[in-house]
Parts: sequence; C-alpha cells; structure tokens
Amino acid sequence: MEFTQLSLYDQAILLLAAIVLFTSFIMLAQPRIVPLIHAFAWQGVLLAVTTALVAYVTNNPHLYISAGLNLALKALLIPWMLHRLAVRLNIHRDMEVVKYPSLTLLAGASLVVFSYYVAIPIVQLSALVTRNAIAISIAVILLGMLLMITRKKAISQVIGFMSIENGLFFAAVVSTFGMPMVVELGVAFDVLVAAVLFGVFFFQMRESIDSLDVDRLNRLREVDE
Amino acid sequence: MIHWLLALAQTLLFIAMAPFLLGWIKRVKCHMQNRAAPSLWQPYRDLGKLFRKHVVLAEQASWIFRSTPYIVFGATVVCAALVPLVAVDLPTAAIADVIVLVAFFSLARFFTALAGMDIGTAFGGMGSSRDMMIGALAEPVLLMAVFTLAMTASTTNLSEATTYTLNSGLVLRPSFIFAMLGLMMVAVAETGRVPVDNPATHLELTMVHEAMILEYSGRHLALIEWAGQIKLMIYMVLVANVFFPWGIATRLEANDLAVGLVAIAAKLVLLGVVLVTWETVMAKMRLFRVPQYLGFAFLLSLLGMLTHVVLETGG
Repeated sequence: MEFTQLSLYDQAILLLAAIVLFTSFIMLAQPRIVPLIHAFAWQGVLLAVTTALVAYVTNNPHLYISAGLNLALKALLIPWMLHRLAVRLNIHRDMEVVKYPSLTLLAGASLVVFSYYVAIPIVQLSALVTRNAIAISIAVILLGMLLMITRKKAISQVIGFMSIENGLFFAAVVSTFGMPMVVELGVAFDVLVAAVLFGVFFFQMRESIDSLDVDRLNRLREVDE
Repeated sequence: MIHWLLALAQTLLFIAMAPFLLGWIKRVKCHMQNRAAPSLWQPYRDLGKLFRKHVVLAEQASWIFRSTPYIVFGATVVCAALVPLVAVDLPTAAIADVIVLVAFFSLARFFTALAGMDIGTAFGGMGSSRDMMIGALAEPVLLMAVFTLAMTASTTNLSEATTYTLNSGLVLRPSFIFAMLGLMMVAVAETGRVPVDNPATHLELTMVHEAMILEYSGRHLALIEWAGQIKLMIYMVLVANVFFPWGIATRLEANDLAVGLVAIAAKLVLLGVVLVTWETVMAKMRLFRVPQYLGFAFLLSLLGMLTHVVLETGG
C-alpha cells in the first residue's frame, strides 16, 4: 500500500515509530548522564503514545492498559529512580567519554539497515498497518545493545538494557498488537525489580571499586594489604 | 514569453528582497536580546554605502581575487533563479535541478576559498581551510536531504518536487521531517549563522567566513555580502516551499500570484523568527565541535532516507 493512501492516524503511528528510533539515536549520541535519562524517559512517553494510538486505530482496548503501564513505569517511575540514584551517587554531572562518536552513530545507522533486511520476510507475511514498524522495533533493540557495548558506566548500560526492553515491547505492539496481559504485566514488574536491583548493585560496586566504570571490574585488587 | 518575464521578475524580486529578509532577522534578534533595533532598510543602506566606496586592492592580488566577487554573485543569482519563490513551473526552474544548485554553491565556495588564500594573509588562509572543512562535511548532508526528497517525489527538479508535495496534501512523512531538520541544521552551517560561525564579529580566533573576505572592500565586498544574503534566503525558501508548499501559485494568474507572494512572505517571516530563536538559545560552538554538529545533521538526513525506505515504501 502506498504511504499516501494510509489514513492520517496510520501515518501518525509510523511517524511516532520513526521518532522512537530517533530517541534511540539521541541516547547513543548523548554523553551526559541526566540528559541520557531524560532521552530514555521521552522514549517511554513516545512508546506509550504510539501504543495508545495503535489501540485507538485497531480498536484493541487492552492496549490502553499496556500504554498506561508503559507510561507509568518507563516514562515516569524508572527514569525518576535512575535520576535519584545518579544524584545520590553524585554522578549526575559526569560526562562519559564516548570514543568515536560519529562512528558509533554510523554503526547505529547500519544496524537500522541490517534490521530492515532481517524484517523483510516478516513484513511480507503480515497484513497489519503497522508491519513496517517491525524493522524499527528490531533496530531499537539492536541500538540498545550498541549503547550497552559503547558505554563504560554501569548506569548508561542499565539505560541501554531498559531501551532493549522498550524495543521488545514495541515489537510486540506493532507485530501482534501486544502480548497476553499476564506476560506483559510480568515483564513490566521484572523490569521494575531489575531497576531496583541495579540500584543496589550500583552502591555495591561503588563500595568495592570506588567507581561505576565496569572496565575496572576486570582488574584484580588486593583486599588485605 | 510572459513565462520568461515572470521568471525574470521572480528572480529580481528574490535578489531585491534578500537584504530585507536579513534586516528582518537582525531586527527580531535585537528585540529578542533587548537591544535597540536598526531599521529594516539598514542592509540596503550598508550595500549602497559599500557600492559608492572605492575598491582598495592589495598589490599582490591576482585576477582570482578581482573576479571572485562577480563569480560568487553570479553563481548565487543563478541559484536564486532555480528556486521556486512565488510560482512553480516557471521556465527557469526547468533548466537545472537541485544537484546543480548544490554544485553552484560549491563553485562559489571554491572561489571564495581561493580568493581568501590569494592575498597571502594569514587570516585568509585560515578562514579558507576552516570553510572547506565545514563545506566538506556539510555538502553530503545537503545532498542526502535532497536525495530523500528526490526518492519520494521521483524527481530532482525543485519545481516538480514542490508540485508533488502540494498535490499529495497533508501527509505525515517521517522522512520529510528528518530531512527538513537536517537541511535546517546544514543551512545554519552553510550560511555562517550562530552555532557554527558568527556573522556579526571579526574575532580572529573564531571567524570563518569573515576571515576569507577580510581583504575585500568597496563594491567587491558589497557583492559578496549581497550574495551571502541571497544564499540565506535561498535556504529559507527551500525549507519553506519544498516542505510547506501551501499557497504557492500553480497557475500564472494575478490572483494566484498575489496569494503566492503573501504566502511566501508570511512563511519567511515565521522562519526568520525560528532562526533567531535558535540563534539566541544556542552558544557559538568551538570549531572542533562543528564536525560533531554536522555529523548529527548527517545522521538526521540519513535517518530521513532510511525511514523513507523502511516505513514509506509499502513492503
């Protein structure tokens, strides 16, 4: 189907999908911690809006619950927790050194191309309006992984991990209009518990190695001197 | 015949209105920064003053230095003739497409850089090298944004692309939004506006475009400045007419032309305010941050193309 023949709502869904992808790139390019958390929160907001729009267009009222859950958890609660952690650990003004920022962005762009090729067979099987966004959701997952690979600070890696979860949620919404509610609730609370655990883990890490740089976990350290 | 006359009139209007647009931008900027604003006609007075003054040439100046202002001005005027301002389907628009437009811009840039080095002062060479660096990074962004447009409209001709967007009505294309943002960022870099270059200072550490034209005076300087104003207007008209073509005249009748004139004036006034807001909230960035800025602009244009392929081509 031609893009111009879609209804404005369908076009808006695809536009929001593109902006979700763009927030992934913003996270990839953002070296500072607090703006990184903000970008992550915006991605959660956009995902919730997209899900609500999909619910409205395809008449799937149960997706409203997913959208609300996503908004409450990934746009408000988890970013707030991460922000509070960053302030309490006194790393909220830190800059992370990203080696080769432009190269990372280009790698991200090639991941988008890759996920497009991966998604072609799925797209051809599907008849949904949102089928073209499947490639975008795979790209968001891969970009989250790339964020985890390129960063050294544990908190950025946690954000990468959460954005992988965003991508999975998005994939479920656009390819099958959401997972069963039990699964969705389970995943949502898993993510919440993970966020809490990561907080504890940050404090442990700082206790033992005085830094949140995961590279320093490789080094051996004498305990009794 | 009437078509050619209209095309000529449109180009002349373009050239004549460019200083006025700059005057408007300066005025809004002054208001936004709580300064007393100069009159809207100040750029015309400046140009008039420069045209009346004598030209001072360095002894070592070669023909390159003397001919560059005319080449730059000529290339920019040809570009202005290619861009649909008030009406589409004018004969001048059919002569060349948007890739030629980019090529004319780089011709002007090439000669300005040569002239900057021709005199042999340190500032000229420094400015040339900086400007070529920015140019080398900005041109791929510009072309990528143009290609996104061309893939959607199946043409590289500006007039036809404008007609295409006009006919398809309100379509929320993700690719157009990214391409527009990329084009806006690169327009700021190419016309030497604030985060990349500051047109209002001659501070030796930071100037880029001003460093190249430091040795020019009199009518040469007037031509180069005027060309710079036209270039700014070309970019703004590109953004206004290609992405928001509503109001542009498709038939060459007095009524439609009047509506087209009012529409483009309103769009340019609004875009001017957007540009000033952007310039006021941004600080001038270090030269070595510019590649990062343009890298981000490139990413935006690239995303425009990718989203076009991924989201908009059926599948």
